[in-house]
Amino acid sequence: MRFYHRLASPRHFYRIAGQWIPWLAGIFFVLLVWGLYESLFVAPTDYQQGESYRIIFIHVPAAWMSMFIYFIMAVAGAINLVWRMKMAEVVLVASAPIGAAFTFLALVTGSLWGKPMWGTWWVWDARLTSELFLLFLYLGIIALYGAIEDKRTAGRAVSILALVGVVNLPIIHFSVEWWNTLHQGSTVSLMGGAKMDPRMLRPLLVMSFAFKFYYGWVLFLRARNEVLERERNTSWVRELVEGKAT
Amino acid sequence: MKPSKLSLGSAFWLLLKRDLVLAMRRRSEFINPILFFILVCALFPLAIGSDPNLIRKIAPGVIWVAALLASLLTLDSLFRGDFEDGTLEQYVLSAHPVSILVIAKVIAHWLITGLPLILVAPLLGVLLSLPAGATGILVLTLALGTPVLSLIGSVGVALTVGLRRGGVLLSLLVLPLYVPVLIFATDAVNTAVTGIPVTAQLSIIGAMLFLALALAPLATAASLRVSLS
Amino acid sequence: MSEFLRMGGYAFYVWTSYGLAFVLMTALVVSPLIEKKRLIEGIRRKLRRERREK
Repeated sequence: MRFYHRLASPRHFYRIAGQWIPWLAGIFFVLLVWGLYESLFVAPTDYQQGESYRIIFIHVPAAWMSMFIYFIMAVAGAINLVWRMKMAEVVLVASAPIGAAFTFLALVTGSLWGKPMWGTWWVWDARLTSELFLLFLYLGIIALYGAIEDKRTAGRAVSILALVGVVNLPIIHFSVEWWNTLHQGSTVSLMGGAKMDPRMLRPLLVMSFAFKFYYGWVLFLRARNEVLERERNTSWVRELVEGKAT
Repeated sequence: MKPSKLSLGSAFWLLLKRDLVLAMRRRSEFINPILFFILVCALFPLAIGSDPNLIRKIAPGVIWVAALLASLLTLDSLFRGDFEDGTLEQYVLSAHPVSILVIAKVIAHWLITGLPLILVAPLLGVLLSLPAGATGILVLTLALGTPVLSLIGSVGVALTVGLRRGGVLLSLLVLPLYVPVLIFATDAVNTAVTGIPVTAQLSIIGAMLFLALALAPLATAASLRVSLS
Repeated sequence: MSEFLRMGGYAFYVWTSYGLAFVLMTALVVSPLIEKKRLIEGIRRKLRRERREK
């Protein structure tokens, strides 16, 4: 309990996040090297898609992250609205660009994967379409936060928006799936229904864990900046800056 | 001044009546969106050619997208006037739950801007050579769907009402949330063209309406509090 | 080795995907590091100015 209490104060958050950063970065790099080795060298060639399917090891973890981060943001938003916890707000705001980047990555890699499989860069496939609208939800949050001058007000506004978004996300997903099954044209599912070879599944899981740690790392980097900016007039930030000067 | 003993019910009705009276004084507020709606639909045949089969095929989509944009355009007026003259702050400070007052405002707003769209929709159905049966379903989907648009939109307006240039931002916030309504409504009309029953789609839109009615006013009320702080 | 780089004829798609992931993820790490330097520099300058005014 005391640990959470401390995490709620900007000063302790800054310090604890600083202690975690090297660990998160270290674990990320270890997992990344392992995951890349597994996905590029160990995983066998797919008998249908050839080598092109290796994009899956970027595309699918990125798509998972895009949803995971949005969910985290909504939880942070709820915590901020209920308990007025400043650090939840910081986590929400610092997460948005990371989530948007992963969504963008999932979209572009999906398109790069689709080109050799479907013959065109873009097909209105259910997953890609959902990702596209998820990207708009992220951009909306970033834009709203940027548009409101007072950062405390902006933080609470985006908390509400993140919650509204998370209620809508399953509905959007469900409706896109419905729409996709009706208008099935040239769509070939990228993830074939067949059971996956464990040698393909393992790199997928390792990479998705690597991305999780990466998120933690970058989140703390960004959150620390956000804290510094918001607390720039407090004595502890001044002491911190002065300490570094000498 | 005597503290007001207005019950919640009468506050609700007073607010509703006030907004309708105000709208009657400014007729352009509900005539312009209708004109916009018709105009957008009239542009499509000019853009894609006059082939009746093609027009019939895209008619449900065109009418619904136009309705979506028309309702988006009118959203800004939902809280703008009350925000500028300070009335909005009075609502938030009043003893009544803000979310209930929000429902009154949204209903008034929908009567002014949403209902006219439904009334002209059959005309557009004729213009875009939609079969009569499908036009009936089109009206039904608009009747169920446009209130959802107004309710979702109210959250977006409440979040952006304090901003000087909130217009484009509002569309970025709100349009992605309109996707489910658009999908099920156009699917219902498209299916109705082929003569297959569409109760599934209509019940899903109805469910969305109830969900939006339950949740959106709460989010709107919270957003108004944030925007006015 | 060149067989590996060819990716069975899909080199462009596979390596563009991995490359984009690399570029994006690097940028997301580098940008807050630069931002932090700028922030601390800004706060330090402000402190110096305040001290001079005293």
